[in-house]
Amino acid sequence: MKETSRPDATELGAQLRSGERSVVETVQACLAAIDSRDGELRAFAHLERERALARAASLDESRRSGAPLGPLFGVPVALKSNLCWEGAVTDCGSRILAGYRAPYTATCVQRLLDAGAVPLGTTHMDEFAMGSSGENSAYACSKNPWDPTRTAGGSSSGSAVAVAAGFVPLALGSDTGGSVRQPASHTGTVGFKPTYGRVSRYGLVAFGSSLDQVSPLASSVRDIELTLEVLAGPDPLDATSSPGRFERERDFSLEGVRIGRPREYFPEDLDGEIRARIESGLQGLVELGAEIVELSLPHTEVAIPTYYVVATAEASSNLARFDGVRYGQRTPGDGSLVGMYRATRQAGFGDEVKRRILLGTYVLSSGYYDAWYGRASKVRELLRRDFDRAFEEVDLVCGPTSASAAFPLGEKADDPVSMYLSDLLTVPASLAGLPAVSLPAGLVNGGGSALPVGLQLTGPRGEDARVLAAARLLEESLPLPGSPPHGEVRP
Amino acid sequence: MEDDPLETVRRTAQLARLEISQEEADRLAPQFARILEAFRSLESLPDSALGPGSPRETALSAPRADEPRPPLGAEEVLRPAPERVEDYFSVPKTLPTPGTEPGSPGR
Repeated sequence: MKETSRPDATELGAQLRSGERSVVETVQACLAAIDSRDGELRAFAHLERERALARAASLDESRRSGAPLGPLFGVPVALKSNLCWEGAVTDCGSRILAGYRAPYTATCVQRLLDAGAVPLGTTHMDEFAMGSSGENSAYACSKNPWDPTRTAGGSSSGSAVAVAAGFVPLALGSDTGGSVRQPASHTGTVGFKPTYGRVSRYGLVAFGSSLDQVSPLASSVRDIELTLEVLAGPDPLDATSSPGRFERERDFSLEGVRIGRPREYFPEDLDGEIRARIESGLQGLVELGAEIVELSLPHTEVAIPTYYVVATAEASSNLARFDGVRYGQRTPGDGSLVGMYRATRQAGFGDEVKRRILLGTYVLSSGYYDAWYGRASKVRELLRRDFDRAFEEVDLVCGPTSASAAFPLGEKADDPVSMYLSDLLTVPASLAGLPAVSLPAGLVNGGGSALPVGLQLTGPRGEDARVLAAARLLEESLPLPGSPPHGEVRP
Repeated sequence: MEDDPLETVRRTAQLARLEISQEEADRLAPQFARILEAFRSLESLPDSALGPGSPRETALSAPRADEPRPPLGAEEVLRPAPERVEDYFSVPKTLPTPGTEPGSPGR
């Protein structure tokens, strides 16, 4: 971990455990930073101010009494508002869940609490995690602290901004097709999507169940490793959670490690500055002893339609539960049961969610299922085999996280196809269920602003520790993104 | 896709139990057609290149012990409901009964 002006969660946790600073003063400082800057940036949707301060006081007391302290003792965290935390607003950025307070706590949030973390509140997001810019929130669009006229990426926009702006050292998001890695790339933070199943999805409001993963954002790779040690592990409440725990590889070396450079991730029209930053990252890997191997992931070009057919099909099914009966808002409509369902969903869902429900319903409907959903499922298998073959030759795959830096707000808002294409480099790992990390690779010029870009490392299924160990070593040799001009320096 | 994108959007909205206004349908139909057109690249792969397509297990999961655990209490479950009657979710009647208007609260 390089020296920066901001303590990361690892360093902050050490200071808190030693008593060098109190949890209360730390939480107060975070809340002051939020009060100072979040009116413009809009990271937090709902602050749980009193609850956080009460918990902080209780943690300080437990330290004074000599009680054992957890690995995230006193560390302030932000939660994406699709993660259930009992009593907190979990509205998923949607009108249909306006004011909904979760009656139970997600496993990932409970594990953070058990480790001593202090959630400050829930963050803005694209409605039901459907978006790549944060603009699909029914409430507020998070702004990029590097340039507030630009998107912070999405859908975990608020969680990324909360870390990038220095409000908290650590946040949770969810990554279905890149919703943590892409905002991490756009905000100069580290975002990691674990292997599918590594972290329990219990209490994560479902979007695409075969793709969704709870995923952390932080300012250093070692913080991601620390968080994953807390989050990972089996959960009887999620049948897809994997049995193994996560343990970081402290003695990992890149000597002799083979890194694949897929030619499809470096198209001819890739922005020159982004290409240069990623090539510098690859050179950094070489200097650390790795070998770069050119390879092909030939089905990358069909990853976007494959992803959007599979994800919208699953979304149309998952979102059927929002019908005005058990939770959320109700609109009476014509007074009939079906009329109430239809009117509730009409009033409660935004445009992008409606588009995806329609698309998902269409590709699953009689007469179209085989041509669309059936075919996309088969192509998904081809994408997985691409990676299987690649990992027979190499240990990791490296490329840009996104083909562009943060784009101006509104630029793609009326063009869904263009917005979908911005996920091109993140959806392949999602479809294959692989672990992938985005880490800051430097800054590029975007309309006069310095904007961060991310480098993505992807590994074989289950090799989360190797991906993160390589990222940690590479992080040392990459230029620091520094603090964004519109953020706060954490005290 | 059917020839008339507007009709496709209306029919699909009916299936999805989404009420769509005329203005929304007019706006969504060309977008819907454009998205599906952009996704036609899925057809570029020959059938012979495709496998059976049975979903491969992507999680590293294992069966869990089938042990009972206490569920959420009725009050916790009912608290977020938009309408309730005593310990039940309340929805409009689906069948009219003599002397009541369709749509009045039922159980």
